[in-house]
Amino acid sequence: MSACLEIRSLSAVLPNGQRVLRSVSLAVQPSEVRALVGESGAGKTMIGKAVLGVLPKSVRIVEGEMLIEGEDLGRLDPKARRTLIGARTALIPQDPLTALNPSRRIGPQMTDRLVRILGWSGERADSRIRQLLDEVQIRDPERVLKSYPHELSGGMRQRVLIAAAFAAEPRLIVADEPTTALDVTVQKQILRLIAQLQRDHGTAILFVTHDLGVVAKISQKVSVLYAGKVVEEAETAQLFATPQHPYTRALIAATPRYTDPYASLKPVDETVLAGLAAEIAAADKDWRPSHG
Amino acid sequence: MLLQRFLVRLLTMLVTLFGVAVVVFVVIRVAPGDPIAMMLPPGASDADIARLRALYGLDKGIVQQFFIWLGGVLHGDFGTSISLRQDVLGLVFNRLPATLELATVALLMAVAIGVTAAIFGARSRGTAIEAGIDIASGATLSIPDFLWGLVLILLFGVLLPVFDISGRVSPQLDLPFVTQFYLVESLLRLRFDLTWDLLKHMLMPAVALALPLAAIIAQLLKQSLKEVLDLDYVVLARVKGFSETQVILREALKNAALPTLTLVGVQFTFLIGGTVIVERLFSYEGLGNMAIDAVINRDLPLIQGIVLVFALLFVLINLAVDMMYALLNPRLRHG
Amino acid sequence: MDEARILRRGLSPRLWLAGGWLLVALLAAIFAPLIAPQDPLAQDLMLEHLPPFWLDGAEPGYWLGTDSLGRDLLSRLIFGGRIAFIVAFAAASAACLVGSALGLIAGYFGGWADRIISRVVDIWMAFPPVLFAILLVAVLGTGLSSVIIAIAVIDWTRFCRVIRAEAMSQARMDYVESARIAGYGRIGIMLREVLPNVVPSVVALLSLEMGIAVIVEAILSFVNLSISTDDPTWGGIIAEGRLSIHQAWWVLVFPLATLILTVLSFSQFGEGLKARFDPVLR
Repeated sequence: MSACLEIRSLSAVLPNGQRVLRSVSLAVQPSEVRALVGESGAGKTMIGKAVLGVLPKSVRIVEGEMLIEGEDLGRLDPKARRTLIGARTALIPQDPLTALNPSRRIGPQMTDRLVRILGWSGERADSRIRQLLDEVQIRDPERVLKSYPHELSGGMRQRVLIAAAFAAEPRLIVADEPTTALDVTVQKQILRLIAQLQRDHGTAILFVTHDLGVVAKISQKVSVLYAGKVVEEAETAQLFATPQHPYTRALIAATPRYTDPYASLKPVDETVLAGLAAEIAAADKDWRPSHG
Repeated sequence: MLLQRFLVRLLTMLVTLFGVAVVVFVVIRVAPGDPIAMMLPPGASDADIARLRALYGLDKGIVQQFFIWLGGVLHGDFGTSISLRQDVLGLVFNRLPATLELATVALLMAVAIGVTAAIFGARSRGTAIEAGIDIASGATLSIPDFLWGLVLILLFGVLLPVFDISGRVSPQLDLPFVTQFYLVESLLRLRFDLTWDLLKHMLMPAVALALPLAAIIAQLLKQSLKEVLDLDYVVLARVKGFSETQVILREALKNAALPTLTLVGVQFTFLIGGTVIVERLFSYEGLGNMAIDAVINRDLPLIQGIVLVFALLFVLINLAVDMMYALLNPRLRHG
Repeated sequence: MDEARILRRGLSPRLWLAGGWLLVALLAAIFAPLIAPQDPLAQDLMLEHLPPFWLDGAEPGYWLGTDSLGRDLLSRLIFGGRIAFIVAFAAASAACLVGSALGLIAGYFGGWADRIISRVVDIWMAFPPVLFAILLVAVLGTGLSSVIIAIAVIDWTRFCRVIRAEAMSQARMDYVESARIAGYGRIGIMLREVLPNVVPSVVALLSLEMGIAVIVEAILSFVNLSISTDDPTWGGIIAEGRLSIHQAWWVLVFPLATLILTVLSFSQFGEGLKARFDPVLR
């Protein structure tokens, strides 16, 4: 059985030649939650965007393959690729405040993919959306569907976006820091909701986050990224128990524990970072893109 | 909220119109030439002149004259044209439809061309096509309607004479119309032969008026489309599987159009202002053409009437655009 | 902004092209009596509608042909440039002076001054500009000064609106605040701090306005309301060309091309200057 998502040796560069992804490889199995963790600028969001085909125009993929359920995205023509991504994947975006079109009502924004891309009837899409709204514990779907985004709170909007992401039963959801923009109290509820829906629907999730606390709660496997490079990959429990890479250890050390709320926040150790930088510089020197 | 906004705008509009009336009146009354003297044959007696001055109310004080005139205007009495010896309001209403039809056709063309160019440019952002659209719209924008009109006369009147460059309709045609809205009426009466003849006459002046506006729309809308296309909800729509064109049309266009809309309103009034000279250029029998005749003939009541009607049109357009903006913006509608 | 950086940027091609054409046209206008091959007013019915030099039937010395009265087109264009440039510089400067002053006052002081000035601008915006200009010239009587006054009167609002907005945003900036705390008077601050910052916008607008002034003058001559009918003007030549378009297309083509080039150059020159001197752009 092929992996839900497989990324093989993916590299991407900026127009100035700077590498933002360095031969990234990872596989997400069906129904698996894979966390991508790293500091800001480590390229974790870039990987999610690359998979979904929405990289900024300035970022260019220079090597590597991406396969969704065994289908190589690079071999499809743009229209087929778009349809495949639309049918089998979904995105839970970072900021619910900007991820809904301010001039359209919620209802059509939730159903448009079902009706216009997947060809469902209006009634089927509508009842499906109501079912999902119920699953994300929205009690007054009537009002919500008729609302404009600015009439809902941030937490409500994120629920709407989660419901919309799961509505078409995608095989893979990319969750791009879905709780970062929310209040702390709302964060926990949203995280619990995502975990609940993931279990109920058996969807694989590529969960992008900078928060190891979130990683521990939701994921089965983790890839640790630094400067566009996967420095360590492990089962979640194993990663926290016996981190192998010095950067992972430093990252864990820098994360405050819930058990010790008074522990001071420590930055990642300087010598670890210096070692990593040297390692990456050495790798860059011999690197040539295999094609493109 | 909406009603309150509307009432405030309405009030400002009335103040503006009053200001226009005052300015026109003052400008015209400092005119050194005596219109009465021009109306009478040489050697008319002083008594004749005085009688005529009294008839047109020119013998009273200037403030008094203004309020007499304004009172008349408020009752729909704009006075009598000195050169044409007819009721000013009747003359204006007789010509206004021709100008309105021309301006509307020009506006529709400008929007069609401008929006298409903007979408096309935004779709191919960062490529040579976008750069080409930028250069073309920049140059088009810098050349005013008067010059475009002349260029079109040369191209399609002389070099490739396919369109009519003079008049509103072929003079030999028998017109069954009861109103002055020829184009609308020809459509309603299903006389498409007449519609075609009208459009053939209207096309060149309309293009001349439309081009600068189309260029402005293309530039502004493309810019704001590009800004909107980087937003999260557009990214989300792409992930849903929509094509770039669908994304632009369904998600981006409406939000990008809002900031463009207010500017287009002002630009549309410029377009209508441009009808004055473009109608002259193409001998199109509209209000603007009549206005120039009125100025040359020193026909004060007619000039006043025409300028006031233009001003009314301008403020009404601004009001309409303002209301449209409020209606299209859900935040204002429900806020 | 340091001089070296401005110099290193160099002149962009559009600045070169636009500035080049304007310079050529301006020099031709200044030295018109020396350059023009013929007397622009000399009529010769034997020479009517001569074609330009590359066509059959052209006469030597009449490079661009002649009009219906046998007057030399090139000489009339060169002399017409004099009126065009005088109007451009005088009218645009006058509009700029009045508009900028009122805009600065409205934008910087706000309150009643702003309310009154903005209302007057609103009233002005409700006039069809071309009709207003024609009306003013009709009232003031034809002549160079009437044309200049008319253009300044209709177009000062263009400067006023832009400068008001700029002055408003500048007045809110920190450096104006600190100048105020440092004890400078309001007018002093306005002239020392705000004015220099609005200069790039004013320069661009001024150049644009010169182009507009040239057009309005052409329109006024086209409807026979500009200056006395004896002097050649671009708009006057165009009006003649429009009449004889089927017999002598060149009488319309050459003044039209001249006008388009000049207007385009003025606007591109202004835009280019703005892009070069505006520290925010680029």
